[in-house]
Amino acid sequence: MERSFLIRQPSVLIFIGLLALFTIGATILSEGFGLGLISTSFIKTLGKTLCLCLIALAMDLVWGYCGILSLGHFAFFGLGGYMIGMWLMYARTEQIVINSLANAPLPPTSGEIRDAIGSQIFGVVGGSEIPTIWTFAHSFPIQLTLVVLVPGLLALVFGWLAFRSRVTGVYLSILTQAMTLALALYLFQNDSGLRGNNGLSGLQNIPGASNVSQDTISIWFLWASALALGLGYLFAAWLVSGKFGSVIRAIRDDETRVRYLGYSVEAYKLVVFVITAVIAAIAGALYYPQAGIINPAEIAPIASIYLAVWVAIGGRGRLYGAIIGAAFVSLISSWFTSGQVPDVPLGFYTVKWVDWWLVLLGFGFVLVTLYAPKGLGGLFDRLVRRQDA
Amino acid sequence: MQLNKVTRRFALAGATTLISVSMLFSASAQEETIKIGVLHSLSGTMAISETTLKDTIEMLVDQQNEKGGLLGKQLEAVVVDPASDWPLFAEKARELLTVSNVDVIFGSWTSVSRKSALPVLEELNGLMFYPVQYEGEESSKNVFYTGAAPNQQAIPATDYFLEELGVEKFALLGTDYVYPRTTNNILESYLKGKGIAAEDIFVNYTPFGHSDWSKIVADVIALGADGKKVGVISTINGDANVGFYKELAAAGVSAEDIPVVAFSVGEEELSGLDTSNLVGHLAAWNYFQSADAPANAEFIKTWKARMGEKRVTNDPMEAHYIGFNMWVNAVTAAGTTDVDAVRTAMYGQKFPNLTGGTAEMLPNHHLSKPVLMGEIQADGQFDIISQTEPVPGDAWTDFLPESAVLKSDWATLGCGMYNTETSTCVQIKSNY
Amino acid sequence: MFRILIATVMLFITALSVSAQSADLQTILQENSKAVERSSRTTISPILDALLESESTNISTLLENWQSKKLWMRKSDGLFFFVENSDADPIELIDIESNEVAGTADKSDLKELRPNSGVRAVMASTLVRFQLIDEDQIQRTNALTAIERDPDESHLDVLRGTIADEPVTAIKTRMERLERLLTIRFDKDSTARVDAITHFAGDTNIDVRAVLNPILATQIKTAKEIPETENVAQRLSVGNGITHDAAYQLLVDNNLAPQRITTKARDAALVANIADGKIGGFDVASLNTEARRIEAYQALASKESVPPFITEEAAQAALDAHVFYDAYIEQDSAVTDAARNTVRSINTRVGAFQVADLGLDALSLASIYFLAAIGLAITFGVMGVINMAHGEFIMIGAYTGYVAQQLIPDYTLSLIVALPLAFVVAFGAGVALERLVIRHLMHRPLETLLATFGISIALQQLAKNIFGTQARPLTSPAWLDGAWVYNDIVSISYIRIAIFVLALLFFALLLFILNRTRLGLEVRAVTQNPRMASSMGINPDKINMLTFGLGSGIAGIAGVAIGLFGQVTSELGSNYIVQSFMTVVVGGVGNIWGTLAGASMIGGLQKIIEFFNPSNTLAAQTFMIIFIIIFIQFRPKGIIALKGRAAGD
Repeated sequence: MERSFLIRQPSVLIFIGLLALFTIGATILSEGFGLGLISTSFIKTLGKTLCLCLIALAMDLVWGYCGILSLGHFAFFGLGGYMIGMWLMYARTEQIVINSLANAPLPPTSGEIRDAIGSQIFGVVGGSEIPTIWTFAHSFPIQLTLVVLVPGLLALVFGWLAFRSRVTGVYLSILTQAMTLALALYLFQNDSGLRGNNGLSGLQNIPGASNVSQDTISIWFLWASALALGLGYLFAAWLVSGKFGSVIRAIRDDETRVRYLGYSVEAYKLVVFVITAVIAAIAGALYYPQAGIINPAEIAPIASIYLAVWVAIGGRGRLYGAIIGAAFVSLISSWFTSGQVPDVPLGFYTVKWVDWWLVLLGFGFVLVTLYAPKGLGGLFDRLVRRQDA
Repeated sequence: MQLNKVTRRFALAGATTLISVSMLFSASAQEETIKIGVLHSLSGTMAISETTLKDTIEMLVDQQNEKGGLLGKQLEAVVVDPASDWPLFAEKARELLTVSNVDVIFGSWTSVSRKSALPVLEELNGLMFYPVQYEGEESSKNVFYTGAAPNQQAIPATDYFLEELGVEKFALLGTDYVYPRTTNNILESYLKGKGIAAEDIFVNYTPFGHSDWSKIVADVIALGADGKKVGVISTINGDANVGFYKELAAAGVSAEDIPVVAFSVGEEELSGLDTSNLVGHLAAWNYFQSADAPANAEFIKTWKARMGEKRVTNDPMEAHYIGFNMWVNAVTAAGTTDVDAVRTAMYGQKFPNLTGGTAEMLPNHHLSKPVLMGEIQADGQFDIISQTEPVPGDAWTDFLPESAVLKSDWATLGCGMYNTETSTCVQIKSNY
Repeated sequence: MFRILIATVMLFITALSVSAQSADLQTILQENSKAVERSSRTTISPILDALLESESTNISTLLENWQSKKLWMRKSDGLFFFVENSDADPIELIDIESNEVAGTADKSDLKELRPNSGVRAVMASTLVRFQLIDEDQIQRTNALTAIERDPDESHLDVLRGTIADEPVTAIKTRMERLERLLTIRFDKDSTARVDAITHFAGDTNIDVRAVLNPILATQIKTAKEIPETENVAQRLSVGNGITHDAAYQLLVDNNLAPQRITTKARDAALVANIADGKIGGFDVASLNTEARRIEAYQALASKESVPPFITEEAAQAALDAHVFYDAYIEQDSAVTDAARNTVRSINTRVGAFQVADLGLDALSLASIYFLAAIGLAITFGVMGVINMAHGEFIMIGAYTGYVAQQLIPDYTLSLIVALPLAFVVAFGAGVALERLVIRHLMHRPLETLLATFGISIALQQLAKNIFGTQARPLTSPAWLDGAWVYNDIVSISYIRIAIFVLALLFFALLLFILNRTRLGLEVRAVTQNPRMASSMGINPDKINMLTFGLGSGIAGIAGVAIGLFGQVTSELGSNYIVQSFMTVVVGGVGNIWGTLAGASMIGGLQKIIEFFNPSNTLAAQTFMIIFIIIFIQFRPKGIIALKGRAAGD
């Protein structure tokens, strides 16, 4: 079985190989472990891009293969980030507090330490109590489990409700959008216990690694992200190559017929929805320690729409398409907003890319949807085929 | 050559090559100019406020270059766009410091964007000037806060309400984010200390860009039912103010009945609405365009000549003006742009502010500035009705028990979060 | 500087030599020149009293001018003058005694006095005595407004003296009402107050409540027994009306019980008793739990080096020995009884009116949602096209309104031009979008989402590049300013009424177009079965184009309306897009009635949730969306679902 899907899809091995080469190459060129030709900030961008590729992969599974246009997968991505962020913040602050209380005349009680942590973390947003949802924040293993558990559970409940009542197509898209909006609005409140609009910050400082420079940490995360992406790709390829893959593709093409054939369409959809939510959450948990801060604006509906656009641009229904799309759009965005692209003087008007980049991007989406419906992946396919011929 | 081979193989998209190459170029560029990073959002929700500050820095840089630059070199502004996306502030700050190699950054507006950039600035020992009034409770080694701390804006304004207007009941309306939350917390504690009962303080938070104000305005009017004079302290942010003031005017609430003092409404915000119905409502700042001083007249003239007759000046612009000039003087004094040397030279720097006094940089990285109260006029400007002596900015407020024991002194104690009770430095880095 | 000093001293001497009775205004102002120049509410009263004592005839003119920032100071000698026209050059100075021109001065030599609004209110209150007997009706109403804002005991007599002579009935009624309010507050006579109070039964106006509620203010007190003199509101028992801790704290505050040892005091005492790394026999290093610290403290207490903990029994005994009660601050029980009855009658009515006001708010919000969503209901509902750029058509409309206002200065006229213009511009943009993009994606509905999203971000950024990032003013004409006020509780701004009317108008218009016109018939035909429609001679391409244009055009008009009550920014549209989608989906796609139902439900619900949680608008929105998600579970096709073949699938 395992052999067969790898052989049937040579692109999997090619991708894994390219990913490995890319990661090793980036490491060699990095400041942390190599020649110092690629700056740490760019390594972080690359690492984050790999995480975005991973969630794009999830999006491709749920949309490209199963036909569910979810406009809410960034909610799971964000939740994953929040779960890991809670531990990162708590553990880092705990260290600071213990160090500063070491000089107190009386040895600190656990209550005092907790109070001090509370006022350190929540003083910023005008509070001092540690909310109940932070109960397990001190424990790395539990919080790591929650990274998978919380988004998975949300996806399970939401998906069960939605698929059970046969919400499909556009309606489902809008419902998922409502879900992520509700979550974002909830988290925006200070009372949600996750520091409201401020979110969790300073996540790039890994507890227990305060002496390790960001040059090194960025490489760790690059490798972790690459590993996650590689495993995710393998898993996704395996999933779509078997019978399961055939069923979900059939659901995409004609749901009613599959139901008449006796398959439990709802169960299949739910499984895909939950699996992709978990993948998204893992991507988020790896992304935010590299970004350094997570806040509710991250899971605003627009983020999830962008996600759909990446997958569309890359070409949905093929796994590498999603990855090409995510990498291409996010890297080119980051380049154009960096202020390093020279302005174009037209004589009467100077085109500043910071002002015009989004216009370009917007019309780019339109052109791709109109003239390259299979996305960049489709173009890539055509090129490969031409070479073969 | 090897690089080329490797990158080509990795080219998932052409962009990777482009970026890597451009990185290489910029890393090896010669240091013939002094680079100034500008970290203000030019797109997204905050662009409305921050674009003006980018223009201000560009203007100041041009002016300085006309005067012959700095240390014999020309200044060059490196503008990036963090797009109102908070994590991007961290990313762009790192890029500015490591790729563009800037010597100083002028940037940020919202607290969360500053908190996002902070860890990077502290890790890489960068230097940032932050020009906006904020909630305090922070003093980073690598940031100079040229905007107002709560004791330079919120507290004097509240005093004005208590003493001059005789307000007995307070409605604290704010946008739901850290600045209003913390400021209102401080004010609640301050007001209770002044003998205002907890039930006489009404607090409400609304989301960014809120537009449906009718119920909240009605709630505020209803507060008057127990016969106490009601005043509104508004920390409503950005364009939500437009809807709020329009509703206030429609409800016929005059400044004599229920005065509103705003901490985030300046000339720029007022230019977005018709102020004829808002005459008499208040704002507290350290600067108003209407300030009667020669330096201000000159500043406004240059600004208008550059940006157009209709453009106004505001408080954060003055903060950048002071911050930029202090930095220039500190660099001149230190003879280098090295961050540590400049920082030491910054303490005690004095520079005339635009309202006719002198601002001084304190060892806690805050300025001492006068506090001005202005009444809104029909032409969208403020009538300055009171101006205090310079107030030293306080990083840690005295009105919250946890922070009353803290102080910041980078010059002698070398600590931004020093506990005076236990005489220890809580942490060298700041809490973000 | 020196000259000024001499001048001041000279003036001071002359002022002293003149007897206080006949001191003129200038002299009094000079005596207090510092306080006049930088006036404050706390220091202004003595100056006003002195001015009143001077019995000069020009006091009211002086105060009025001072109030309206027409009193200026000549910097060279510190003398005060009126300035009528501050734009003139040189500025004409008017004597404050005789109101005659007293020369001119350059602007740089003059300083405008800017009394703050607190000071202005004190002046207004002082002016009352002059204004109430003024010939001018407007002055008398001004006086009444001043009293309403800042009532003072002295006003009562002045007011009573003038009521009888007041010729204008409307003013007289207002005076009588004010007199009763002042009586309740300031009169010493109990029966007069009770009469005035009962007179206001059922009056929901805020000024009445503002006078009555303070009478009913209470304070929790404690004593061994309730003193006879107290006007008791109710007796409290611990656990019922007052918590155990609050009751004990009250005893402590009144020195009736000893202070509890707080954790902080305990730890401070422990630190103070550290000796050789030990406290009361305990190692300091071992004191890292609460229990150990308590033990250590008790050990210290047993040696009597620190005061012992207060035991629960002792605390309970202290509580049992005292009574707790709520006492009115107002001593007169007849007055408090009358006030209680009147307030009860008022509060029932206030409650009813609040519900009515909430209904109005909900209606208004619903009409805004409806207006924003109705265009979408057509394009999304009728054509099945997800147009993410719908919000940007709203934005285009708003900016069109702004541009119209720049070109036509008259607000009414510009609004009349802007509404159709916004329709035309947005219609044009919609048609262009349909022809260039959507037509080519007709068979891939989900991809229209992506393409239109691209259009959306491009248009937003274009708007920023053209109009800048600042919010642009879109000002409503004067006749839309203000609010329709039924009473102090129920009111709604005219602009919201206008939006409501506009929403109704469009609802009717669209119903008419879709159900009664040829176009509507063809649109419905294409919606239900494009192929069949096409074989009946209908050109579906043309119909789609027109439908899309119509939906976009209406969004443009909605933009003008939304801009009028909110703010015009490039993000204007995106704030409404998700809400609009939800409105359409909740209501039921493909149906104007459905959109109406959806908007009503979302608007109403949001207001109801806000009513229960007034301090947190965000929570209201979150709950509303969760409710919608659950609602969709039960009615996946919305409130009003299409039946039969039109339902599609």
